[in-house]
Amino acid sequence: MTDASITSTGYSIHNQAEFDDYFALLKPRVMSLVVFTASVGLFVAPNGVHPILAFASILFIAIGAGASGALNMWWDADIDAVMKRTSGRPIPGGRVSPSEARNLGLWLSVFSVGMLAITANFLSAALLAFTIFFYAVIYTMWLKRWTPQNIVIGGAAGAFPPMIGWVVATGEIGIESVLMFALIFMWTPPHFWALALFMNNDYAKAGVPMLTVTNGKKSTRAHILIYTILLVPVALSLSFTQLGGPFYFITSLGLNCWFLLGAYRLFLRDEITAETQNYKLERTFFFVSLIYLFAHFLALLIEAFIDFSFINWLVFI
Amino acid sequence: MALIKLHPQHKKRQRSNIIIGCLLLSFVVLVFGVTVVKMSNGAMLEAFDHSYRISVTPVADE
Repeated sequence: MTDASITSTGYSIHNQAEFDDYFALLKPRVMSLVVFTASVGLFVAPNGVHPILAFASILFIAIGAGASGALNMWWDADIDAVMKRTSGRPIPGGRVSPSEARNLGLWLSVFSVGMLAITANFLSAALLAFTIFFYAVIYTMWLKRWTPQNIVIGGAAGAFPPMIGWVVATGEIGIESVLMFALIFMWTPPHFWALALFMNNDYAKAGVPMLTVTNGKKSTRAHILIYTILLVPVALSLSFTQLGGPFYFITSLGLNCWFLLGAYRLFLRDEITAETQNYKLERTFFFVSLIYLFAHFLALLIEAFIDFSFINWLVFI
Repeated sequence: MALIKLHPQHKKRQRSNIIIGCLLLSFVVLVFGVTVVKMSNGAMLEAFDHSYRISVTPVADE
């Protein structure tokens, strides 16, 4: 590239993309959650994996998640430009062109799936390919603009990483990985609907049929409570698999009481009070939902590495 | 002292190029590591037909 290229392109000097902009296309915060849940899925599995293979596998799962994020930003650039929360992203900000984002997403998808097949096994690579397809095509291109149930079904995309991690280690899909999948799948609707409660104007402006836009906030609050109630048995059921144990059970019980109480308080809240208080409770519930998921997976990890069998003794004393 | 003063845009590109170079180097190291692990795991097998190598199989105690 010559010096002339600085001025000959359509971008101004100040708008030219830097490495950070391409990295932002991969949604690093989502990637960090994927890295964490996939790592837990891999490390709690009964089969040991060589540290280098484990590191490489988690890296390629994260790159796959990032690729689907780039494809999402490419397709949703028009929505992102309208929404306050996303207007600063690289494409609406004019720093990266949509075709660059699309190409980055496609190439990283192929790269991550291929490398995971080489590093781990074909089943985990197939699951990663399906996850990317589900997030980029089923959720982003189809569900998001079509139905208020978009994040209920689309939540599956975010639920696959621990299952992929498990498959990397074991080579098969066990009941434990299905339950880890179910935990994230059931957690996703209350989490995103809480966000939608205090970001409703953004979604309405962009024409995204979130539940808050189509059914109103009162209905959304009821939905949050119902899904939180349904989440409780799913979260607790992991206690009775080989992954769980007394520590996980106690942690999960506490977290579910906390989360359920928050959902019930949201349900009772009227709109005028919420607006007057700038949706403080809704923001807190959203924050608690992040802690809820993180703590559940952390508890599984702790169960895998620390022997809590002495707690059984305390029960019988 | 540099003969030509770099434009800020060149500095930004230089930074990106260095990061991409480091990433590619890390990828090479990672692939090398994965290859070594994969090869080590298969050390007990013959490459051409995946049968056990008698020459490297430990002798069982009587």
